[in-house]
Amino acid sequence: MYWLFNSSIGRKFIMSISGIFLVLFLLFHLSMNLTLLFSTDAYDLICEFLGANWYAIVGTLVLAGGVIIHIGYGTWLTLLNKKARGAERYASSNKTKTEWAAKNMWVLGFIIFLGLVIHFWNFWFNMQFAELIHSPNAVTQGSELVIALFSQPLFVVIYLVWLVALWFHLTHGVWSAFQTLGWNGKLWFSRLQVIANIVATVVMIGFAAVPLFFLITK
Amino acid sequence: MEKIINITLKVWRQKGPKVKGDFETHRLEGISGDTSFLEMLDILNEQLIHEGKEPIVFDNDCREGICGMCSLYINGHPHGPDDLITTCQLHMRHFNDGDTITVEPWRSAAFPIVRDLMVDRYAFDKIIQAGGYTSVNTGGVPDANAIPIPKVDADEAMDSASCIGCGACVAACKNGSAMLFVSAKVSQLALLPQGRIEAKARVKAMIAKMDELGFGNCTNTRACELECPKGVSISNIARLNREFLTAKFND
Ligand code: SF4
Ligand code: FES
Repeated sequence: MYWLFNSSIGRKFIMSISGIFLVLFLLFHLSMNLTLLFSTDAYDLICEFLGANWYAIVGTLVLAGGVIIHIGYGTWLTLLNKKARGAERYASSNKTKTEWAAKNMWVLGFIIFLGLVIHFWNFWFNMQFAELIHSPNAVTQGSELVIALFSQPLFVVIYLVWLVALWFHLTHGVWSAFQTLGWNGKLWFSRLQVIANIVATVVMIGFAAVPLFFLITK
Repeated sequence: MEKIINITLKVWRQKGPKVKGDFETHRLEGISGDTSFLEMLDILNEQLIHEGKEPIVFDNDCREGICGMCSLYINGHPHGPDDLITTCQLHMRHFNDGDTITVEPWRSAAFPIVRDLMVDRYAFDKIIQAGGYTSVNTGGVPDANAIPIPKVDADEAMDSASCIGCGACVAACKNGSAMLFVSAKVSQLALLPQGRIEAKARVKAMIAKMDELGFGNCTNTRACELECPKGVSISNIARLNREFLTAKFND
């Protein structure tokens, strides 16, 4: 199994699998967010399920592992690729008409990571983490936090920027993950790109719906 | 009507692999649109020789798009602005009177500059030596139709085999990756029965060599297939990934 770390395709395989795992998590997370549009009670129930319970904690740890692997490998690969490219740049620049996102995955990933830090500070820190350290300020009514946060336009804007970066990241990442796994061909290429665009758009609109809804209704 | 243009060339000059290089500017007058890019460089070199200067070193051989020797990064594109052709097939009619044309060597850590516009692409040969061939004894010549090969496979194998090993894919890639080249060389054999026998060992050996030589990790930007003079598709890269992953998981 050593080849997973010391071969180019092995490393990319890990990027691909961890990426797919994170996309699946996003879809799962999204399905829970959307309940908030229909019932705050249902949402708070979910928040309670996912508080400081063993299964939620195990889930969080697995997820953290996925995030760390994806970011770690992404950074490592980016550094290796910079080295492979060499120090010299083209004076006439690079005019190949590639997708913008494809060439900026690390930067997009970094923006997503910054968003993640803010997101954790907004929610996880006040909820699961606060519960874990038995803080008296632990919030169990998740809906209160959400509504309070998204009545502030600043945070809505921050979250929207975050989601746009995520959209770009996914339009490339999703089809790219399949390409890396070897699931591609002349026919599947356009299909996978369409799938990637759909997934990215569903994720973006779905996650944007909650902040926008509370900004407008409150 | 024949097109006649006057141009300014910004050409990379570098005395040797370790020496610092720089751009040199030259004027060329009265170049016919029917002149090929390399002929234009020949004209410039003649001019330089007459002036008692060193001519510009650049790789070329067949000058008809089949050998893969010519290179050159012209105005932001490997093999110049036109699609699906090599530099030797590029003609001056694609440029306009008064244009400044920037000519640079391939730039990638695995392709060090030898001199001026010539780079060392020996790394590609080393990858081929690692496994890009068949060594099985196929016996006497069998009947052409003894082993039926589906038309799609035969066509795809031919498309992969059209790679001329020029290295434009590496030159275009922001990751300095050689995956398009390697995938073409693996695919042309992997798609046919003669190549299947050694397929697993081949893909592992070629990828190991590619990594060892310092080529980068493909991130699917597709710059390679957009610049490849032979239109080799990244579906070959998917096949390469597939071949490599199954070979490794079957170990
Ligand atoms: S894949 Fe295309 S660009 Fe790369 S070496 Fe072969 S012919 Fe040249
Ligand atoms: S010189 Fe042979 S391909 Fe251009």
